[in-house]
Amino acid sequence: MNLQSNDFELFGLALQFEQDRAAIDDRWKDLQREAHPDRFAAQGAAAQRVAMQWSVRINEAYRRLKDPLRRAAYLCELHAAPVNAEDNTAMPAAFLMQQMEWREALDEARDAVELDRLAGEVRSARHDALQECARLLDTEHDYAAAVRQVRALMFIERFAGDVEAKMDRIDAAEQGQ
Amino acid sequence: MPPSRDNRAISKITNMALLQISEPGYSPDPHQRRVAVGIDLGTTHSLVASVRNGVAECLPDGEGRVILPSVVRYLEGGGRQIGFDAKSAQAQDPQNTIASVKRFMGRGLGDVIGHDKLPYHFIDKPGMLALQTVQGEKSPVEVSADILATLRYRAEDTFADDLYGAVITVPAYFDDAQRQATKDAAQLAGLNVLRLINEPTAAAIAYGLDNASEGVYAIYDLGGGTFDISILRLTRGVFEVLATGGDSALGGDDYDRALADWVMAQAGVMVKTPQDKAIAIIAARACKEELSAAHCAACHACIGGENVRFEVVNEQFEKLTASLTQRTMQAVRKTLRDAGLDKDEVKGVVMVGGSTRMPQIQQAVANFFGRPPLTNLDPDQVVALGAAIQANQLAGNNTTGELLLLDVIPLSLGIETMGGLVERIVPRNETIPTAKAQDFTTYKDGQTALALHVVQGERDLVADCRSLARFELRGIPPMAAGAARIRVTFTVDADGLLTVSAKEQISGVEAHIDVKPSYGLGDEQIAKMLQDSFTTAEADMKARALVEARVDCDRMLLASASALAADGDLLSADERADIDALMAATRAALALQDPAPIEAATQALAKGTEAFAALRMNRGIQQALAGRNIETV
Repeated sequence: MNLQSNDFELFGLALQFEQDRAAIDDRWKDLQREAHPDRFAAQGAAAQRVAMQWSVRINEAYRRLKDPLRRAAYLCELHAAPVNAEDNTAMPAAFLMQQMEWREALDEARDAVELDRLAGEVRSARHDALQECARLLDTEHDYAAAVRQVRALMFIERFAGDVEAKMDRIDAAEQGQ
Repeated sequence: MPPSRDNRAISKITNMALLQISEPGYSPDPHQRRVAVGIDLGTTHSLVASVRNGVAECLPDGEGRVILPSVVRYLEGGGRQIGFDAKSAQAQDPQNTIASVKRFMGRGLGDVIGHDKLPYHFIDKPGMLALQTVQGEKSPVEVSADILATLRYRAEDTFADDLYGAVITVPAYFDDAQRQATKDAAQLAGLNVLRLINEPTAAAIAYGLDNASEGVYAIYDLGGGTFDISILRLTRGVFEVLATGGDSALGGDDYDRALADWVMAQAGVMVKTPQDKAIAIIAARACKEELSAAHCAACHACIGGENVRFEVVNEQFEKLTASLTQRTMQAVRKTLRDAGLDKDEVKGVVMVGGSTRMPQIQQAVANFFGRPPLTNLDPDQVVALGAAIQANQLAGNNTTGELLLLDVIPLSLGIETMGGLVERIVPRNETIPTAKAQDFTTYKDGQTALALHVVQGERDLVADCRSLARFELRGIPPMAAGAARIRVTFTVDADGLLTVSAKEQISGVEAHIDVKPSYGLGDEQIAKMLQDSFTTAEADMKARALVEARVDCDRMLLASASALAADGDLLSADERADIDALMAATRAALALQDPAPIEAATQALAKGTEAFAALRMNRGIQQALAGRNIETV
């Protein structure tokens, strides 16, 4: 194993989408216990630098592994099916329609209750898309199809972020009164 | 009277002379305990703590007081008062008596809201403001260094030994400029900074270890000038910060000012002179503190020769500061959302900072979380105690230590792109250390330079974020617009400090910057301040450089020896012989009386053992995984 090992190798996990989140968390902490710069604070600059490199690499892998969307995108990439989110934004019409409906609902939402309802809808769409991702990646091994699913998830994720941002604004406004 | 600074400087020189006599058979016992301290550099007061006989405790001054008021008074004709003496001179000499200097760290004058209500003579400067005193211009970094040095001396007196290093705490919500300013102050005070850690995280260590806690905890930390909220998960000695938030310009001082303004308005008194401003605030603070224990208190002050006396009841104080309390609760809700948690999932709320003594704060927190907050550790001491525990571990005194901190960056870091927009590179609440890269390109044909502007904050417009640094990548070979690939890498270390590098991928042109020089203090400025400061005596400077070089060298030798003992089998006979030779040369250098060759030998040993360190790390990681696999099989 070295700094170039892939995330799954580094964390000693099977190369697949389905993962136990608790196991990923435990493994992350075990690895940081070995590699964190704090462990080498009394051991000179060389050890500090190496520890920093490892610790950064472990955190990077952890961020990708724990997040189902990033994990799916990473698996596609490892199987030579890059997501290239910037270059390819073509999506099915039905999906885009739903996105537009959501956008309208977000613009019209006036209070936390309406936003909560919208957030719930987004969560459930996200859940379904992830299930589909799992099937395509682990059962079908159809990475090209998985890439399309990952792109849809990226839209959903971005929208969830916008809902969150509006929630913050409403919260701040309510406090300001 | 505590000894004055100037006496101390002399006694330091004497200590050093003694230390030199004990050479050259200087070979310290590798198991010798290293004196490491935790320092809480607070807005209102500061503390130093250390682990003694396995227990963390705050170190008292000669009169048994653990608290050092964070107040420095510069006296006419030289000399200064620090702590209680300075505090009691605040009303009488307000312009030269600097309190709450933490609010000015890494800040320009425009950043300090309500600076016109403060009694100081500010000088607006790019990057960081300065204060005009009878001893000339003082940077907030110098004032903080005076406080830190006082605590350093207190610790050295307590242990009759030099310090190995210190962990300094900063508010979790401090940005890069504020963190860098704090580290500069520590350097100026002659401290070896083992780590900057976040105040709520330090409090969690002290609390968690004391109570053997597991689960999710919220740390509500309202100090004199800063507010932090951190959500942590505690599992088997791992303190994992899930999210952090707050306001680095909101604290007990704001409650004092609100009360002072209100009382003076009610009494119909105009506050004009610096003296009156200071007196009004001191009176309000005393009244506030009384209100924490009583339902009603009198606020009295002598303003412009007139005696002002006004009765304040708790409900009034609560009402006129309700918007401040609400601001803290808004940050609490936001941080919970960032952590992806519901308030019911929080097992306990730990109160930190003297301002959490106010009943309205405890009430607001209890109402929100539906449970009374935890106040069983002294809210003034808990941060310093946690920092001391971490310092002890970082110094290598606690070899069985299971303690591991996984902290996050509080504010997003990004780059300015076309149109004054921020391209976020490291999002807030990402676990540190971390490194992130993003590719940019040129927008004009034949463009040979790219200006990079590094900013920190959550807003989309550059103008709404804090500017951290500007630098330029030059020498890009002329290409068509959009053809160059410039990779910008942000690296945030375990102290939460940022380094930025940029590299044109096709030509290999590279630029590198520590964010520090353009916004914090330059190395030259620090060197000048060091010369201006209490360590001016040249002999002292030299002696200190020599002692520091030896301590560093010795540290490197000890580290190498213990690494060889543990993992020497990783080396071939040749590699081993090379390292042995380097160590012998380094050991010989230790006996020299000049810091330069000692530093050179230390550097050479560090470089010569780098490959070995990498091998050891690999083994460590593999062992961690192997151990795990056995468990799961």
